[in-house]
Amino acid sequence: MSILIDEKTPIIVQGMTGDKGSFHTKEMVEYGSNVVGGVTPGKGGTKHQGLPVFNTVKEAVDATGATTSITFVAPAFCADAIMEAADAGIRLICSITDGIPAQDMMRVKRYLYRYPKDKRPMMVGPNCAGIISPGKAMLGIMPGHIYLQGKVGVISRSGTLGYEAASQMKAVGIGITTSVGIGGDPINGSSFLDHLVLFEEDPATEAVLLIGEIGGPQEADASAWIKENMRKPVVGFVAGLTAPKGRRMGHAGAIISAVGDSAAEKAEIMRSCGLTVAPNPSEFGSTMARVLSSGASRPQAVL
Amino acid sequence: MDVHEYQAKELLSQFGVPVPKGAVAFSPDQAVYAATELGGWNWAVKAQIHAGARGKAGGIKLCKTYHEVREAASDLLGKRLVTIQTGPEGKPVQRVYVEVAEPFEREIYLGYVLDRKAERIRVIASRRGGMEIEEIARTEPHEILQVVVEPAVGLQAFQARQLAFALGLNIKQVQRAVTTIMNAYRAFRDRDAIMLEINPLVVTKDDRVLALDAKMSFDDNALFRRHQVADMHDPSQQDPREAQAAEHNLNYIGLDGEIGCIVNGAGLAMATMDMIKHAGGSPANFLDVGGGASPERIATALKLVLSDAKVRAVLVNIFAGINRCDWVAKGVVQACQTVDVKVPLVVRLAGTNVEEGRKILAESGLKLITAETLAEAASTAVEACNAAQEPARATA
Repeated sequence: MSILIDEKTPIIVQGMTGDKGSFHTKEMVEYGSNVVGGVTPGKGGTKHQGLPVFNTVKEAVDATGATTSITFVAPAFCADAIMEAADAGIRLICSITDGIPAQDMMRVKRYLYRYPKDKRPMMVGPNCAGIISPGKAMLGIMPGHIYLQGKVGVISRSGTLGYEAASQMKAVGIGITTSVGIGGDPINGSSFLDHLVLFEEDPATEAVLLIGEIGGPQEADASAWIKENMRKPVVGFVAGLTAPKGRRMGHAGAIISAVGDSAAEKAEIMRSCGLTVAPNPSEFGSTMARVLSSGASRPQAVL
Repeated sequence: MDVHEYQAKELLSQFGVPVPKGAVAFSPDQAVYAATELGGWNWAVKAQIHAGARGKAGGIKLCKTYHEVREAASDLLGKRLVTIQTGPEGKPVQRVYVEVAEPFEREIYLGYVLDRKAERIRVIASRRGGMEIEEIARTEPHEILQVVVEPAVGLQAFQARQLAFALGLNIKQVQRAVTTIMNAYRAFRDRDAIMLEINPLVVTKDDRVLALDAKMSFDDNALFRRHQVADMHDPSQQDPREAQAAEHNLNYIGLDGEIGCIVNGAGLAMATMDMIKHAGGSPANFLDVGGGASPERIATALKLVLSDAKVRAVLVNIFAGINRCDWVAKGVVQACQTVDVKVPLVVRLAGTNVEEGRKILAESGLKLITAETLAEAASTAVEACNAAQEPARATA
């Protein structure tokens, strides 16, 4: 098992005919992903890389039964593309696009919250590397060969730091059920928490690696949830211990941000919530190996 | 992107936010001329820098004569102003804003921020305007009023009224404050701001409200559709290396250490810096070359990092996804041919086409140190940096 995607998941590529869309469609198909078509307004009815192209996501969904989309759409038009996918009934929208205006993302999130929870699509990204269920399917831009299939779930804000973790774990023989890159933008489609819930329910996932960064409330929220609800062990890390304090203008940011924004504070929150924190970014593999071999589930499981 | 006070006020004024009359000046002559045009006998001459807390640092001078205006402008222009928000190096003052100094009765705080947690715009107000606002937020949180804007409909007048009445204003003042709160929100929304702070918003004896100071920051990702905002960019307020990096679309932040870093991805870049520190060294910079790093981009990044005189070793750490290692390797080789690299260069490649990349580096004949893992790359760079320092120390 895996979360979000597997080899059967029918995928459409929004912006498939562009340079990046073309390149990564080819890579995803080669990896084994079930890409069933693409969307480029104005190119409907044509074929690209042997796949049908549609003018709208609605047409693509009607014709192919796609449930999942990935966007390689330019930043100025990406919010529109995401909302179009949601409107067409797409269940999982992965946005690779880097550079979407924050207020556009604010409106996208508001649009998604119109749907009742059971009908609301899951959005991953933007500005992320995507999702991979090793050995099954890739919905993203990662180098597929660095991932080993296995039993650890990975959630990372950073794409390349997620690669680093995957390759360190592969080097010590630890594989992955699914790796999700949630992206580095201020407003994400989904958070650590959304995916932790899925990993906790996934029978194939035995432990989770959570790779955070400085800034924002996500890591602290996820840690609090883990403390209360999670039975599987979680290894955590927060990048940016040496990052300079952001220079700033005015006080407004400081007024609304509670304590816990820095890497050290976040790592401490993780520890206090029962996560095992990797001491430095070259010890993802070894820390996870230790946690897995100790066979320890979280204390709550004993109850 | 940050803008100056006078630029923020000009923009707010276009949206109907009342501001005192003022004019920007680049020289003492211009400052005096501005004062004569503005009229009256009380002016504030304010240093224009991208940072707050100017008042306490002597960056705002109240003047009663043209002579005083000239002296204030001469004193401020060409200096670097250090405030608690600038860091010890300060910011260069190249412009002053000459403003009619209006007497006022009360100071209020009004702020707008794109709140990451709520994923909405949050409006913050306090009856305790002025410089101690962060302290008040910590010790007396009940003094901080907040409303969250529903993105589908925008800020509503009733929300502005709630704030205005809670600020303890009289009905005349409330009406004017509501208009100001709504108009400032429109400026924030329509220009893709991420932060707007009016501190203080003052109330005058005749019940008017005026934005006495204004700070604004804008979303870099939205500048493509906000040319009015993009045109306000003042590169003098940035670290020169950062300004140079921005020209090439590289994400660079200068630090004080000795090991230059070139990495793809912000998270891996921070992790690389953390590893250098862990290995006993100190990073000279944060530099994310981004996803599609072409050979030219790598070469530009290397030149930029080497332009920092403190750099004694460089660590290139690329985990290639969209990037391919052979491309990156070509970039490194190309850069070494065009730039005179006098410091040790440690290169760690991983990911797509890693074998081809390593082969290109090995066959280049360049004096490179290669590393396979992140830990090895960091410790090698620190050793190389320490070794490179010894001759320098010997001559000192």
